[in-house]
Amino acid sequence: MAKEEHRIVKGQVMVPYEVALGKTWSMFYDFLKEEKIMGKKCPQCSRVLVPPRSFCPRCFEDMDEWVEVSQEGIVETWVYVNMPFFAQELKIPFISAQIRLDGSDTGFIHQVAGIDLTEFEKVREIVKLGGRVKAVWSREKKGNILDIAYFEPVK
Amino acid sequence: MAKEYRTMRNDVTLPYQWALGKTWSRFFDGLKDGRIQGTKCAGCGRVYVPARSFCPVCFTDTTQWVDVKPEGKILTWTLVREKYLGQVQEPPYVVALIQLDGSDCGFSHFIGGFDLSDAGQLKRKLKTGAKVKAVWSPVRNADIRDITCFVPVE
Amino acid sequence: MGNAVAIIGTGQTKHGRRSDVCYPDLVREAVTAALEDAGITLKDIDGIVLGTMPSMMEGVSSTHFYFAEAMGSVGKPVLKVETCGSTGQSIGHCGFFWVASGMADIVLVVGSEKMSEGDGQATMTTVFDPFFQRTFAAGAPGVFTMQSMEWMYRFKIPEEKGREAAARISVSNHDNAMDNPHAHIRTRVTMEDVKNARIITYPVRLLDVCPASDGACAVIFATGEKARKICRKPAWIKGLGFRGEEFFYGESDKAIWMSATEAAAEAYRQAGIRNPLKELDVAEIYNPFTYQEMIFYECFGFCPRGEAPDYVLKGTFLKDGELPCCPSGGTLCSNPIGATGLIRLAEAALQVTGKAGARQVEGAKLALSHAMGGVDQFNGVTIVGSEL
Repeated sequence: MAKEEHRIVKGQVMVPYEVALGKTWSMFYDFLKEEKIMGKKCPQCSRVLVPPRSFCPRCFEDMDEWVEVSQEGIVETWVYVNMPFFAQELKIPFISAQIRLDGSDTGFIHQVAGIDLTEFEKVREIVKLGGRVKAVWSREKKGNILDIAYFEPVK
Repeated sequence: MAKEYRTMRNDVTLPYQWALGKTWSRFFDGLKDGRIQGTKCAGCGRVYVPARSFCPVCFTDTTQWVDVKPEGKILTWTLVREKYLGQVQEPPYVVALIQLDGSDCGFSHFIGGFDLSDAGQLKRKLKTGAKVKAVWSPVRNADIRDITCFVPVE
Repeated sequence: MGNAVAIIGTGQTKHGRRSDVCYPDLVREAVTAALEDAGITLKDIDGIVLGTMPSMMEGVSSTHFYFAEAMGSVGKPVLKVETCGSTGQSIGHCGFFWVASGMADIVLVVGSEKMSEGDGQATMTTVFDPFFQRTFAAGAPGVFTMQSMEWMYRFKIPEEKGREAAARISVSNHDNAMDNPHAHIRTRVTMEDVKNARIITYPVRLLDVCPASDGACAVIFATGEKARKICRKPAWIKGLGFRGEEFFYGESDKAIWMSATEAAAEAYRQAGIRNPLKELDVAEIYNPFTYQEMIFYECFGFCPRGEAPDYVLKGTFLKDGELPCCPSGGTLCSNPIGATGLIRLAEAALQVTGKAGARQVEGAKLALSHAMGGVDQFNGVTIVGSEL
């Protein structure tokens, strides 16, 4: 059957949200403004979680102790994204990465940049699993995750 | 209470392309031609407008098409005064459930054609059971706005 | 485990780009097929369980209101359960719970999705939190690729070997889908096609990735007593398991993947399975990504950790292998997400009742079905058998 026979109605749905950060995450972003990456430590299992959590997802204990972690860490895994989709926040190509910051016990999701990303074959020579990266700060702090502009490979 | 901790604005916009399917395509083609069509259930005899591909009660296919009149009676109505995001019409406006003559269910649409700021007139004209008729849009796109609104029949 | 429960009928739509039908009609196609398969009518149904992806997928909030009567819900109790990609398994479990509890005799379970109407990756990106991770999300491919990379790194799987095995998985799933009239993608592909396909999220290429499909699936659950009376050959529920883990990606180890491992272990315990590779006759794994399918093989105990590519390359999971996986062509060839996990269960039921047509694995008696949901967060497993 010809495609034209199937009638389609096009539309867009826009829904506005104002989402609450809560105490822990408000403070996390306040620390970012001071160029500090802060995690929280669980009193029971002693893990340091970045982003911080108000409670430990495993022990279910309140996490009250703030701990500053290093601005450097290792790339636990990464992905080169070259796929556009509607309302994408970052321009492609970009690299999403899971970074274990020194002094933390969880992977932190951010982007790896500061290098020429246009050719994948060149990128893979620089970005490596287990490779070290460090945070590069945005000059202007807006109170969101891009206050850390990106992580760049440590030479 | 004063806001203790921050909030973040996060609007979500998403694009869609909805498939109408055979039954609703035919229903909207009818509107474009100035016809309001329903489908009749062979089991219970009910006529559905907008047309349905199956009877929600009997779960049988409804393949018999019938034309219903572009007029009917008001089953219920309300005056919308409040503004909210995503409204297709600027308030005030009246929405109503209309049982078109020859159908067995309510059909949703606007009621208009007179001054809505006069509450007295509004209540006189918009009684439950009052007769209304369709006003066709001069521009037709085979969608629900091919009918501009329904107006009271004096 | 409660009272004995069996599957007495299944129904599926033709999956694919179904712009020929509106959403309710799509759902009804599967429901009608399931009722016909079971040889019963809506009058026999005591309750309905359904599930979909987030309503943002179709842009109609609480989509189940929209297609409620297409499931025959007029005058019946309705329950919606939603766990993202694992929805299909969750609703199957819920149908089981309802019947096993003795509160209903026959329950209709329906999963559906109409992905061609919205923007799949944009919608799935909204599954991530708005503060920390959404910015870096690239829909499903981004996160599943990161997981696969981490797994290969952890177990020192050379990139070329991983690539070769993933390509084999793509080829065999596409071959299998040729036997499945419901499958969305029905084209044969070669190893070269897969390895040269467009890169989506390196190293994952187009043919390593499932399509976005429209489709629905319905499965009918009944008490043992009803099943024996109505159905010549029911598929018995032998065991089920479901596990969740942390929301934030990076907080748990996805190369080992506790939720997948434990969900299977729980189902095995209930079904009395000790050696899944030997005892299972067929598995329908939720495999939207070729690389990820290998992680599941390891989590489900089909092979030791880090060795899945070796097993794949020696043909263990092919249609004529020791444990055929996804003879339906799997999620890789059809993925109407809310339905997908239930399709896995329906396919498993078809296999153990000898009703799988051209995709039948000869003499299959015990089958595993599975689905995964969220940002690698949930996993559900159901095991069905030809005998109680």
